[in-house]
Amino acid sequence: MQTKDINEDIKWAQINKDVLRSMENPRIGYWIAVGCCIAMLACAVTAEIYQYSTGMGPANLNWPHMWDIYIATFIFWIGMSHSGTLLSAILHIIRSDWRKPIYRFAEAMTTFSLMTAGLFPVIHAGRLWNIYWTLPYVSDRGIWPNFRSPLIWDAFAVFTYLTSSALFLFIGMIPDLAICRDNARGWRKKLYTALSLGWRGDDRQWRNFRKTYLLMACFLIPLAVSVHSIVSSDFAMSIQPGWHVTTFPPYFVAGALYSGCAAIITLFICLRYFFRFEEYMTIPILEKTCKLTFAIAMVWTYLNLIEFASVWYGHNYADKEVLLGKFYGPYSPFFWAMMFFGSVLPFTLAFEKLRRHIPTMFVVSLLLNVGMWLERYMIVSPTLAYGYHPMAWDIMYPSMVQWAIVFGSFGWFGLLFLVFVKIFPSVSMYEVKEMVYHRRRLARDEQAHVFHRRTGDHQSSGTATPGLEGA
Amino acid sequence: MAKHRIMGLFRDFEEAFNAIAELRDRRVPGLGVDDVTLISPIEHPEIEEVLGERPSHVPKFTLCGALFGMTFGFLFLSSAQATFLVQPQGGKPVVPLPTNIVLTYEMLILFGVLFTVISFIITARLLRKRNSLYSENVSVDQVGIEMSLNDNQLEPVKQLFKRHKVLEIREEVLR
Repeated sequence: MQTKDINEDIKWAQINKDVLRSMENPRIGYWIAVGCCIAMLACAVTAEIYQYSTGMGPANLNWPHMWDIYIATFIFWIGMSHSGTLLSAILHIIRSDWRKPIYRFAEAMTTFSLMTAGLFPVIHAGRLWNIYWTLPYVSDRGIWPNFRSPLIWDAFAVFTYLTSSALFLFIGMIPDLAICRDNARGWRKKLYTALSLGWRGDDRQWRNFRKTYLLMACFLIPLAVSVHSIVSSDFAMSIQPGWHVTTFPPYFVAGALYSGCAAIITLFICLRYFFRFEEYMTIPILEKTCKLTFAIAMVWTYLNLIEFASVWYGHNYADKEVLLGKFYGPYSPFFWAMMFFGSVLPFTLAFEKLRRHIPTMFVVSLLLNVGMWLERYMIVSPTLAYGYHPMAWDIMYPSMVQWAIVFGSFGWFGLLFLVFVKIFPSVSMYEVKEMVYHRRRLARDEQAHVFHRRTGDHQSSGTATPGLEGA
Repeated sequence: MAKHRIMGLFRDFEEAFNAIAELRDRRVPGLGVDDVTLISPIEHPEIEEVLGERPSHVPKFTLCGALFGMTFGFLFLSSAQATFLVQPQGGKPVVPLPTNIVLTYEMLILFGVLFTVISFIITARLLRKRNSLYSENVSVDQVGIEMSLNDNQLEPVKQLFKRHKVLEIREEVLR
């Protein structure tokens, strides 16, 4: 049974070779996945063209359901973006080196999730040509953006997060782009030469690189938390029943981390298979990610229960109607499915045997994300359906156009991600080398320590023993 | 007297480390470790044991960026809101502090990050052409020591490199 996060005997040249090969020669499954994503995207484009040409009627967006499945999906994608950069930054600061083989694709996931999320306000607005009205520019044109509105905060926060995450991803990739530059030919060589910014790996560059990366990580942690807190403010700062809840910001952040972790597991398994990354995306690293997901799932469950209890014991009739509508109203199948996928299913992650079984984890991670999408749907739709006035109650079931666009968004995200991992290294070569180097050095120091103790030499052997390059 | 640039390629960091340590201790006339550059596939912060502490100025730029972002963010919002004076405010303040704090905070982070990235490019001396001594083996598993030398320093340094099992020595003459 594999117990080490990485094989410490792996040669550095082999790391370069394996990762560079992944960009040239993926398994056939990769191309099938690309085909599926294009088909899904085609569904969405067709539906959007139909919606664009006929108006918002086919999208069922009508009072009181002015926000519905599109905004729920917007929150879902914003949420999914959270784990990548946030976990990468946290694990970097606390020096958890098991993040090193997996953080690159997780950060890419963040960037592409945000790019997917950004489409939904545009789709939701319907009039694509007027979308710039939502931008918070100075009101010379008489637009009068309301800076008190969380919707404007959202635009600022998401833009800041997208910019910072993309830069964090890019900066972390520079040493690897230099490796690609040194090994590529043709258009790839030109691309990597431009993007590697003349990196050559001297001590000045490494020193400033580390400081920059650390500072960016420090900025990104509060930023990521603020972004999803602000997204929750879109709801919590209204006075709608079911939305005006104090626990919404932490609830949103926990849900975001949860869906992001589940997505990391899904993509981990896909990349491991597509690119033959068994040496780098190892079972012990998968296990650690699963344990983290389980812990976050329990936090999410707790926050759900807190919310239910506060509504139940608060005796606010309007809030209670929304909750009861979820418990046994028309939304109950979605609600109980969400509770099952979000709170019960994660217990599979508590069992080592299941955590180490890749097909099971693949299915579980997909279902967890179904649960997380349902969570967002359950936040948005029931409140709109059960407003303060019973005469205005209305249940809306999403139309085929809406489903097609939501379905296609997964294709869009998948296509961006798959193109990225084909062009750029999805495993950080230099960080894996560092991981191997430091673990070997630690093992050697420990061996020396044991040897000295056995031979009666009680002096510490923990002095620096540089070396082991390319071992 | 011609000036030379020389780079020795070593099998691993230990050999390069020892070579620099000897260079420091033996003191080749006119040559100090300030002139030495280590080129490696991964970061080796322990090299400062022999090269001396070399500070990074990136955090200063970051602080400036964050302060600029905070100031700019607040002024940007306030100036936009000030144009709302033509609108009836209904007793609400024209420049509401609590809500502006949220956006000011976002601007603080955005400009902090942007200044950090720009300062990295400047302080790390990126966007420059690599010199002709650069070896692609450095991005695989070898470690290079690069320095600029005078004629009379060239041979002693080569000998020192050879004592530490240098794999390859590259050199060019500088004008």
